[in-house]
Amino acid sequence: MTPGRAAGAVLRYTALAAVLGFFALPLLWLAFAPFDRAPSVAASLPRFTLDNFRELLDNENAVRSLRNSLLLAAGTGGIVVAFAASAAYALSRVRLPGRDALLYALLLLSSIVTGTAAMVPLFNLAYELDLIDSRLGVVLVLSGGLLPSAIFILKDFTDTTPRSYEESARVFGASPLQIVAHIVVPLIRPGLATIAVWSVAQVWGNFLIPFLLLRSPEKSPAAVVMYTFYTEGGQPDLALISTFSLLYSLPVVAMFLFVSSRYGFRFHGGIKH
Amino acid sequence: MAAADAAGLGRRRAAAFVAPALLLIAGFLVFPALWTVWLGATDYRLTGFAAAEPEFTGLDNVRHALGEDSFTHSLGLTLQFVLGSAVLGQAVLGFAIAWLLRERRGALRRLVEALVLLAWILPGSVVAFLWIALLDRNDGTLNALLGTPGTAWLVEHPMAAIIVFNIWRGTAFSMMLYAAALSTVPPTQLETARLAGASRWQQLRDVVLPAIRGHVLTNLLLISLWTFNDFTPFLLTGGGPADETETMPVFIYKTALFNGELGYGAALSVLMLLVNLVIALVYVRLLRRRDPGASSGNGTGAGAGPVAAERAGAP
Repeated sequence: MTPGRAAGAVLRYTALAAVLGFFALPLLWLAFAPFDRAPSVAASLPRFTLDNFRELLDNENAVRSLRNSLLLAAGTGGIVVAFAASAAYALSRVRLPGRDALLYALLLLSSIVTGTAAMVPLFNLAYELDLIDSRLGVVLVLSGGLLPSAIFILKDFTDTTPRSYEESARVFGASPLQIVAHIVVPLIRPGLATIAVWSVAQVWGNFLIPFLLLRSPEKSPAAVVMYTFYTEGGQPDLALISTFSLLYSLPVVAMFLFVSSRYGFRFHGGIKH
Repeated sequence: MAAADAAGLGRRRAAAFVAPALLLIAGFLVFPALWTVWLGATDYRLTGFAAAEPEFTGLDNVRHALGEDSFTHSLGLTLQFVLGSAVLGQAVLGFAIAWLLRERRGALRRLVEALVLLAWILPGSVVAFLWIALLDRNDGTLNALLGTPGTAWLVEHPMAAIIVFNIWRGTAFSMMLYAAALSTVPPTQLETARLAGASRWQQLRDVVLPAIRGHVLTNLLLISLWTFNDFTPFLLTGGGPADETETMPVFIYKTALFNGELGYGAALSVLMLLVNLVIALVYVRLLRRRDPGASSGNGTGAGAGPVAAERAGAP
């Protein structure tokens, strides 16, 4: 260990410690405040209690907003998986004219037409279709935005699965729909699971679209309702917000751990949250 | 493509399989984009006389936008936000972390990666509140640490606050991309450079960076696109204080949906869509060149890059 190398090692560890500190600091509050008897905005070691969780479960608004999040995520996830799978399979197995150009155009479009850039027409469209303050409207808008990427990924996945099973089933007289239901779906199941987790995670954390399209708190998801937790004194209800944040974050973290443990964390350029 | 149509779908049925997805995409993605352009060329408003009969005004809105002080102000803020938090912040910090961890396996590496990833996957509403708590004036953790009681960070340094916040929030993507990129640099080249007496810095500059040029470009394009469309700062500051953090998405929200000037808001959206289009086209050109470094090391091959550009606009 020469002095130069020692200095290098010290520098490296100092840098890593700084990175750790920077990323851990804001998260401390989420770890401690929910278990604290009298939480403040300062991150501090809690006087341990689980009362906050009990109170949260008694809070009508909080529980309802989590149910709404679940509803929006399940609805969008269901539509995206079903529609993307059928489209991806057909595009993978049948040569439709202009197929590749279409796929790339859609993918390009979905990265350009973001919720923020298309805020105004999306709001107008929902207004014209009478979908303001309707959870269905939120599900449809989110599905439209997620479908291009989902089709693209699933088509890649389907392209790599063998066709021989489908061909032999056909020889034995199975109808195309039977083949799809009994052979294709089991074959591409991992792909379907990936898309399901990805779209649910996307919807779970989405703030903007429900914020734009939903008017009533009874229909709003957790991401929006979180900002309405105030005490009678008009102060943010920290016990409730911190506990709620923790509960609301757990499913995302759990899904992430599930995917990375099961499939290894393969880095799809940008498949995320 | 081997023998097509293994299940005997036939073109008709195949088209029926594709139709539901295409209908939704056409209705909620393609149509809004085209309608933005149309709305931007009218004096459409939510209420009042123009709400009933919107007049065609052509490029008036765009001209009006470009001449408005509030627009140029917002554009300047957006540039600061993108350059500061994405290009300088996320890309540099992401690369630095990937570089520091490149030869490590073990608990330390897993801990750093886990924390950085956690900042990225937690819901936007939650992380925004974490930072509100951290930066709180009276008993925020940051003031306690720095010994600066009573400093209202979100009021006194709002732009710096949302830039640091967004660096914290989005570095994970760059970290992972550069980790994948660094693993493609041939060790023999580094070895040769080291034997030739190159310093760490020279190795980095002359061997590593040229080898991952494509990744760097991909990274910069994607994070710029996402940051430009990011609505999350709104959750921290609501565009305030006194519109000092009114980046383009927040500006559009306030103009169109808060003040009801839908035509003008749509004209701003058109400009935003154009910027997005330019970034995306540069990215596509990059992929077309089939530069092996340009595909972002993903399992789905080239093209899935901008895949998760969130509609919510989170990074």
